Amino acid sequence: MSEPTTSAAAGTGHNAAAELLALYRSLVLIRRCEERLSTMFADGEVPGFIHLSIGQEAVSAGVMAALTPEDTIASTHRGHGHAIAKGLSLDGFFAELLARDTGLCRGRGGSMHVADMSVGMLGANGIVGAGLSIALGSALAHRTLKNDAIAVAFFGDGALAEGLMHECLNMAALWKLPLLFVCENNGWGEFLPTSRQLSFSLEGLAAAYGIPHVAIDGNDVAVVAAHAAHIVAEVRSEGPRILECLTTRVRGHFEGDAQKYRDPDELAALSERDPLGIAAGQLTAMGVGEAALSDITTEIAARIEAAVAAARAAPAPLFEAAMADVYTGAQIRQPARQGGV
Amino acid sequence: MAEMRYLRAINQALSDAMAADPSVILIGEDVAEAGGAFGASRGLRERFGAERVIDTPISEAALAGAAVGAALSGLRPVAEIMFMDFTTLVMDALVNQAAKARFMFGGQRSVPMVLRTPHGGGLGAGPQHSQCLEAWFAHVPGLKVVCPSDPASAYGLLRAAIADPDPVVFIEHKALYAMKGEVPDDLPVIPLGQAGILREGRDVSIVAYGAAVHTALTAATQLAEEGIEAEVVDLRSIQPWDEATVLASLSRTHHLVVVHEAVEAFGVGAEIVARMADIGFDELDGPILRVAAPFMPVPFSKGLETAYLPSPERVAAAVRRTLA
Repeated sequence: MSEPTTSAAAGTGHNAAAELLALYRSLVLIRRCEERLSTMFADGEVPGFIHLSIGQEAVSAGVMAALTPEDTIASTHRGHGHAIAKGLSLDGFFAELLARDTGLCRGRGGSMHVADMSVGMLGANGIVGAGLSIALGSALAHRTLKNDAIAVAFFGDGALAEGLMHECLNMAALWKLPLLFVCENNGWGEFLPTSRQLSFSLEGLAAAYGIPHVAIDGNDVAVVAAHAAHIVAEVRSEGPRILECLTTRVRGHFEGDAQKYRDPDELAALSERDPLGIAAGQLTAMGVGEAALSDITTEIAARIEAAVAAARAAPAPLFEAAMADVYTGAQIRQPARQGGV
Repeated sequence: MAEMRYLRAINQALSDAMAADPSVILIGEDVAEAGGAFGASRGLRERFGAERVIDTPISEAALAGAAVGAALSGLRPVAEIMFMDFTTLVMDALVNQAAKARFMFGGQRSVPMVLRTPHGGGLGAGPQHSQCLEAWFAHVPGLKVVCPSDPASAYGLLRAAIADPDPVVFIEHKALYAMKGEVPDDLPVIPLGQAGILREGRDVSIVAYGAAVHTALTAATQLAEEGIEAEVVDLRSIQPWDEATVLASLSRTHHLVVVHEAVEAFGVGAEIVARMADIGFDELDGPILRVAAPFMPVPFSKGLETAYLPSPERVAAAVRRTLA
């Protein structure tokens, strides 16, 4: 691990505390949203599959703090944190997870396809590694359009074994694209440790492609934010970089996964690396009072409850509207039943 | 009217589309410096620059996925896959990403990309360089599929495909690249989803697309010598396909034969036949027949490949059978 050139944690005074407090707010927002989803999923109110990023929030909060609204991101199946930190509509998010017509995707995508193009969030993705090439193309578009934006590809260590990973690293390096690869290395690829899936390290892979790589503590949001700030600037001016964030998957691969394949001691030890706990400890050490932190939690809880209430009250999606959105303008013939049944 | 080769028409359409819209880019293996494996993009890098005509490594999955990402980010990419057989490597980008992005993101954004690729046999290219896989793509909601049969439709349909807001799989036939044909001087755009009637006839409707259109036209000439007047419908677009024109033709002739080079089983013809058996049932005076490839990979040997490909003789035999 290398040390960041600047660090909110290492800094002193009001600015550093204010920056860390803003990051803490982002952590709490992601955590509370997912905890709320977990409850509603257990209650049967959230349909389908959800994959929670509890324990990994610092990556989303820290990286997104370095991006502009014009920068684009492509995400993963574990993408709630990315989307929330990128600033998507919270009302639209909960409405989507509850499969409502007012959802960001009008109830057609759900958790694995949350997207908000208006904030440059090009979509979570149900296919491991697929976001890599979408981010690659987005970076290519930014450069062609000369708009000074960058693209960020989030992926887990499980995606390192995908062929697309290698194609995209090669093309990004070859073309010096404004593309930041962010690996959320939580040590797990679905139900198997990635130590049993990979014959190589991301560091070694990065060296092979000639892309600068740094591995950092992905659970310390101040560290992530400090590294992201200067790496994003490098990506904007020089080309691709790889930021490997060592992090922790607290929940199962999907919600409802009892994780019987994990060592209970390993799971129990994860609380020591809790991103919220780490940030709260740093804030306390900086002299930020307990009340300031609990105020954030209270305020966010109220905001989430408002979004959940609005989603619950929202109408279900209409089949006709869904049919009309398969193609732009809906000029295509749908399999009408005029001649048949 | 000017005479133009099919390949030249593709090149002209790409060039005109790039001149008209700076957001159109070309991306693919050997599309820039080499001008395309078959020459479809010859001269375009020189005219529009390396930023808009981009050679990629041999990475079909990534280049197709990049086209999706670029299309979501303000460009209109035209990706080339050198042989349709290689589209097996781009399935995720097309099927899971491009086709569904508009729908699954609630209509937030369309995916204006074209994936050009040549299909078809007749060149002895063997089992992995000759396949006609269009039915796979036509089966995926969200994709459009086009397959022109001549230079004029190649130009007009490619301009329409590039201007289209949704992802289009644009299929060219390798054996047609050298074909010459008349192209109107004003180079008209041909809307997607509109078939053309290339030959009128009262006795039977023959529906085809791509190179099979010429097989159908040759069969129609042979049948005319027997006093059978066949109407030849060039489908041009496979998804969406022009059901109204096919039904209208069937309503005049009351007999229908569908011809394509792709394998017959579970093919495009099966969909056309099923629809006409439904909405055209009252018009039918004979069985609807298909003439297509047998259920085997495309063989290499000239003799085997010739036997494999639909022939005018097989089309004529099918016509005689439905009229009998």
